[in-house]
Amino acid sequence: MKTKHWYDYLWIWPIIYFSLGFFNIIFAWLGMIDFIVPIIIAVVKGNKAFCNRYCGRGKLFAVIPTFFTRKKGNNTAKKVAPKWLYSKWFRYGFLTFFMTMFGNMIYQTYLVFAGASLKTVVKLFWTFKVPWAWAYTATSVPEWVTQFSYGFYSLMLTSTLIGLIVMVLYRPRTWCTFCPMGTMTQGICQLKKIK
Amino acid sequence: MKSKRYANVDKKVCVSCGACAEVCKLKAISTPNGCFATVDYDKCVGCGMCSQVCPTGCITILNRIGEKNEDKALV
Repeated sequence: MKTKHWYDYLWIWPIIYFSLGFFNIIFAWLGMIDFIVPIIIAVVKGNKAFCNRYCGRGKLFAVIPTFFTRKKGNNTAKKVAPKWLYSKWFRYGFLTFFMTMFGNMIYQTYLVFAGASLKTVVKLFWTFKVPWAWAYTATSVPEWVTQFSYGFYSLMLTSTLIGLIVMVLYRPRTWCTFCPMGTMTQGICQLKKIK
Repeated sequence: MKSKRYANVDKKVCVSCGACAEVCKLKAISTPNGCFATVDYDKCVGCGMCSQVCPTGCITILNRIGEKNEDKALV
């Protein structure tokens, strides 16, 4: 029988992350853990241990439906996501789009570094600007660091919202089928296997 | 004694998310290589928990003789 491990409670991580970022945007940098650790594990160990064990977001999507159904892994819709959503074309297409937007975010950060004014907004779905000025407190931290925080928090919030939408529509961990980090790490694992 | 049924993974579709391994109480399914889920056929009893949570629906429950029997999952 299965015993509970410390990582089974990691669903609390995204809640802590978004709560911290809500009050002070600088905490958005903590999200880099979710970007760097899976790649390190995939490159060094050649597996998706991060997705399988330590991904707080994946755990959160699996846990939320249990609050409503009281049955682990169960869900109300039970529908499998449409085929195109987990097709290679869409998965790698979404990864490309996601990385392009990430690059754009880095460019915005560079512009602030070069003297442009800081934008204290969170951009949802790469489109809708939500004022988020309360989370900005002037500190000795350079403005470009704050700009990156806003961009990164937007990225994390957008991906979580997409994940929540597909969680409601389909099975709980549907986000995992086209999660850019999951696609990237699986690609790394496949490349390592070929070698 | 082996059960009459077992889980079968479509390796081409599996995204190795680990949702199946998380719900398997017998630790019969795992994602060791990061490419696709692997079933330990000696441990698997074909309860169907994994196929119920798989977001891509790539896990089917088969009879040991090979006949497709996914509609009769126990869960």
